Amino acid sequence: MATRGASSVIPVTDSPKSPIPPAIRWQKVTINEIDKRTQSVTSFFFTPSQPFSFRAGQHVEVRLTAPNGYRAQRAYSIASAPESRDNIELAIEKLETGEVSPFFHEVAQVGDEIELRGPIGGHFVWQNADGGPILLAGAGSGVAPLMSMIRHHANSNSDVPMLLLLSARSWEDVIFRDELLAFDEKKGAFKLVLTITREAPKRDGDYGRRIDTPMMGEILKRLPSPPKRAFVCGSNPFVTVASEALIGAGVEPGSIRTERYGQ
Amino acid sequence: MAVTRGFTGKQREQTEADRLPPGQALTSDFPVLSAGPTPQVKLENWMFTLKHGPQIIARWTWSEFNQLPQSKMTRDIHCVTTWSKYNTAWQGVMVDDILAAAGIDEATAFTLAHGYDDYSTNVPTADLTGGKAMVATLYEGKPITPDHGGPARLVVPHLYFWKSAKWIHTLQFTDRDTAGFWEERGYHMYGDPWREQRYSGD
Repeated sequence: MATRGASSVIPVTDSPKSPIPPAIRWQKVTINEIDKRTQSVTSFFFTPSQPFSFRAGQHVEVRLTAPNGYRAQRAYSIASAPESRDNIELAIEKLETGEVSPFFHEVAQVGDEIELRGPIGGHFVWQNADGGPILLAGAGSGVAPLMSMIRHHANSNSDVPMLLLLSARSWEDVIFRDELLAFDEKKGAFKLVLTITREAPKRDGDYGRRIDTPMMGEILKRLPSPPKRAFVCGSNPFVTVASEALIGAGVEPGSIRTERYGQ
Repeated sequence: MAVTRGFTGKQREQTEADRLPPGQALTSDFPVLSAGPTPQVKLENWMFTLKHGPQIIARWTWSEFNQLPQSKMTRDIHCVTTWSKYNTAWQGVMVDDILAAAGIDEATAFTLAHGYDDYSTNVPTADLTGGKAMVATLYEGKPITPDHGGPARLVVPHLYFWKSAKWIHTLQFTDRDTAGFWEERGYHMYGDPWREQRYSGD
């Protein structure tokens, strides 16, 4: 039984140089909308029960509990913008051998409650005040944390140059495609370049192959100056290839931040 | 307990419960996780340093370091992202032997491990000594590949694997427990997989 006013959860703050970070607590969240994005990726929108604020690029953990107490938890990047903190979007790819993603794709319904905690991570983050130019490179569901940054960029009416290079197998596999195309068509500070690996590209300026160093060199010329920061997110092999292509094209390794998905 | 409607999950066999910590799933792959691109560290530039606070106590080049006593360690490892891998076979220099070579009888209670990618992580010194941890240079008998932390990485297998800093270049003894890179960003200060100490407050 907790005593009101007890200080056991207050982090030690006597030394600013070695803070014990505050606890990251679980909370109940309710699914308020389910939106199929592609053949394998569906977005789930959650209403938090407690105040929730985050920075674009951060992730959360979700936890499922079986009647006998068995639990499974997984980390997912937040795809929604930090401005819409009452509606957290996670774009979940169905992995056939998984146990959490099949639950979401086959069982979860609007109104269901699950547990979630976060935000977690403070490295793979971007805020408008951080400036740019910003180069984003993603593949598949790795676009999720980049989408949060892009939506934050749009909500901020930002003039920070930002370019997304997004790799997908096909036009139909481009997650958030219509929204990304609409941002691109504004001809503002945001640019979209698609690279489609299993069919011909549909738009001028897009590519039809896997990311490589020459492609990265050409893309970088579409920014007004070298990127202040590059964010790369996707499967482990994708992140390795894209990071090496960035370094090969002259981007400073220390400016590249990576997030690797899955096993 | 908040039961999730309709969730049963892939419940584990009871026999696994002694070996696989709660919330973990077994993998036969060796996934790669890091905060940035893989640093390419040349052996001729590689140095390993022991420090107390800012003060350098001892330093070895690659060839000097490889003349320290070699040990082998085969252990199960557990990543905070919920994968575990059994029987990973490492070879390198036990932290005990590094301290002995530097003539250190008693280090301070806490250690920060630093890597060439500017990553750091904090571990109590008692979790590095007493045969618990090594600076490994070989994995399954071969040089550790750069993506898995080569030329040398810390291996502290009884803690979540982010504590096993890749591309290690320094062990720094500190007088107090100082949060490292991920710990400052919400990861647990200690990281015991059996107590599921994934994030701050667990």
